[in-house]
Amino acid sequence: MIEAKLKIATCSLAGCFGCHMSLLDLDERLFDLTERMELDRSPLTDIKELGECDVGLIEGGVCNAENVHVLMEFRARCKILVAIGACALNGGIPAMRNQFDLKECLEESYVRGIGLVNAQIPNDPEIPLLLNKVHPLHEVVKIDYFLPGCPPSADTIWTFINELLSGQPIALSYTQIHYD
Amino acid sequence: MSEELGFTLDGRRIPFQDGQTVMAAALAAGVYIPHLCFNPDFAPHGSCRVCLVKVNGRFQASCTTPAASGLTVQSETEELRNIRRGILQMLFVEGNHVCPACEKSGACQLQAVAYYVGMLNPHFSHFYPRRPVDASHAEAVIDFNRCILCELCVRASRDVDGKNIFAVQGRGIQAHLVVNTPSGKLGATHFSIHDKAAQVCPTGAILTKHQGYNVPIGQRLYDRKPINVVGDVAQLPESKGGRRHD
Repeated sequence: MIEAKLKIATCSLAGCFGCHMSLLDLDERLFDLTERMELDRSPLTDIKELGECDVGLIEGGVCNAENVHVLMEFRARCKILVAIGACALNGGIPAMRNQFDLKECLEESYVRGIGLVNAQIPNDPEIPLLLNKVHPLHEVVKIDYFLPGCPPSADTIWTFINELLSGQPIALSYTQIHYD
Repeated sequence: MSEELGFTLDGRRIPFQDGQTVMAAALAAGVYIPHLCFNPDFAPHGSCRVCLVKVNGRFQASCTTPAASGLTVQSETEELRNIRRGILQMLFVEGNHVCPACEKSGACQLQAVAYYVGMLNPHFSHFYPRRPVDASHAEAVIDFNRCILCELCVRASRDVDGKNIFAVQGRGIQAHLVVNTPSGKLGATHFSIHDKAAQVCPTGAILTKHQGYNVPIGQRLYDRKPINVVGDVAQLPESKGGRRHD
C-alpha cells in the first residue's frame, strides 16, 4: 500500500524569510523530506491557493490586514499549525514598532525620511492596511507548536518535522532551542 | 549534638548551617534551583518567585525560606516546572524582550532560566509597554524595556557601591526602575562600569557600551550548556564570559 504523502504549507507573514532560508538549509535532507511530504502553498512552490493540509508552518508575526486573512486561512485549512521563529512567537523585530504610534512610524519613513521627493504616506488601495500593533500568531489563532529561534536552525526544524511525521513527542536538545 | 544539620531536597540530603536559607544551602551543595532576583552576594529579595519550591507541601520561595532540619523540599517536579515556566512567560510578556536585537542574548540569565524551565513560547498576550532607553552615560546604557524589577542594581548600588543610584518607583503594574537624579538620567550620576551595580543585572537592562559583540553569538555563556551547569552570569568572571570583574 502506498501511504499518502503529508501535505505541508508554509508562508512568511511579517518576517524576513530567514526561517524559510533555515528550512532550505536542510540541504540534502530536503530530498528525504520530499519522499514523505508534499508542499502545498509556499513561497517555494508559488501555489497561490491554499489546499487542505496536514501541517502549516508560519514564519513572521501579524502586522497588517492581509497577514490576518492568510493566518486565519491557514488555521482553517491546516490540521496542525506551527509558529516558526521569534517574530511568529512574540512579534520579534517588526514588533519593535509597537513602541511608537503607527502614524509616527509612517511619518518617520515616508515624510521625514532623508532624500524624499513628494513625500507622502502611501495609500494605494492594493497595499494591505497596517495594524496599529504587530502581534504574535498565538494572539490571533490557536497555535499547536512553537519553534523559537531567529531563525531556528535547520537541525531544529529537521528534528521537529521528523518527530512530528513519526508521531513522536517533540524533544529538542538544549542547543536546538534558542531565542536569538 | 555533633550531628550535621540537614534537609531533603528532591530526595537528596542537603547539609546546612544555622541561618542559611534553602537556596543558599542547595547552592553550597551544588544543587541548582532556578532564580533571578537571588544573588548570593546580597540579602535575599524574594520578588521574582522563580525559585519557588514546595516545602513540606507548601509553596515557598527557596531564597527566603530558612533551612531547617527535617524539611522535605521539592524542586524539580512537573508541577513546579510548570509554575516557573508561567512566571518566566509573564516576565517576558510584561517587558519588551527582543532577544535577536539584544546584545546580552546568549549570556542573559533571564533567557537561560527560560531555557532551563523549557519555555518554548510566551503563552500570554504581550503588553508591549512603552519604556525609554537611557544612553546618556558615557560607558553604560540602560534599556528599561528589559528590566524585570529584581532590584539587584538597587541593592548593589546602595549596599556595596554606596551610591544609591537606582530605585524602584510606583506599585503593581506601575512599578518601574528609576535613576536617582533630578533628570532621571544615568549620565548625571557617578555611576561607573566598575560598580557592583554594573555587574549584577540578570537581563540586558544595564549594559556596558562598546563591547556588545566582542563575543560572537553562538560562543556565549549559555549557547552550548545550560545555566545549571554553567552558573550565573553575575557570578562568573568576565574572562569566562560572565559579568563579574576579574
